[in-house]
Amino acid sequence: MANTASKQQVLLTIPMYPDMELAAAKTASVLAELMDFDEGEVEEIQLAIIETCINAFEHSQSEDKTVVIEFIMKDDELEFKISDRGVGIASERRPGSELLGQPGLHPDLRKRGWGLEIIRTLMDEVDVETGANGTTVSVVKKKTT
Amino acid sequence: MLNKFDIQIRTEQEHAVIETAGYLNDALGEQLSEKARGLIQDGYTQLVINLEKTTLINSIGISILIEIIEALDEREGTLNFCGLSATQERTFRMMAIAKYAGIFPDEEAAIANL
Repeated sequence: MANTASKQQVLLTIPMYPDMELAAAKTASVLAELMDFDEGEVEEIQLAIIETCINAFEHSQSEDKTVVIEFIMKDDELEFKISDRGVGIASERRPGSELLGQPGLHPDLRKRGWGLEIIRTLMDEVDVETGANGTTVSVVKKKTT
Repeated sequence: MLNKFDIQIRTEQEHAVIETAGYLNDALGEQLSEKARGLIQDGYTQLVINLEKTTLINSIGISILIEIIEALDEREGTLNFCGLSATQERTFRMMAIAKYAGIFPDEEAAIANL
């Protein structure tokens, strides 16, 4: 862990294997607890990182099948950047299009395509950079107390 | 295995309670779906899913819960959830699950409102 006056950084590389998103969530949980986020906020951070990892696992088509997560702990916020070296998110695959899933019995009860919406609801800032060399999702959770 | 999960089922005359423990993802969700569909086939159309010991639920796990809601709707059944964390409840409400299934703080209330 690099230690500076105002921020600390943790780097984690995980393979795209089932349940490996839990390794990222566990790391995020430890860091968030160190930063004194409350229990509810820790769970929100864990869920956001799980959803981001799952999106990368399912859609990146990355040849190296790894996800790199950079956690940056600042005085008043935890930032994490999740990067893959996949094919990027084509506009027709972005949430709002067919990834939203087929309507079932109840049209407003769609089953898939919620990941990014969940992340945006639970976190303070979400930014997606995507291109032919991969995707990086940057997420910020600010401390409330 | 990173994710240790478990499903327990308790049946009464009029209803059944399914209790899940661990990380509700696709793997646990598929097991849960199988158990729920088995109960529905056996005539249990009043179900409670107790999530008190379920540490995290991802969007794939929630999509499987939606399939259980739809399967019960086809039999005019009822599904109530209980034991959700604040984050889980917020996510369920965002995904419109609360429109089609009850959300209660504890099992007693969930059963009473079937």
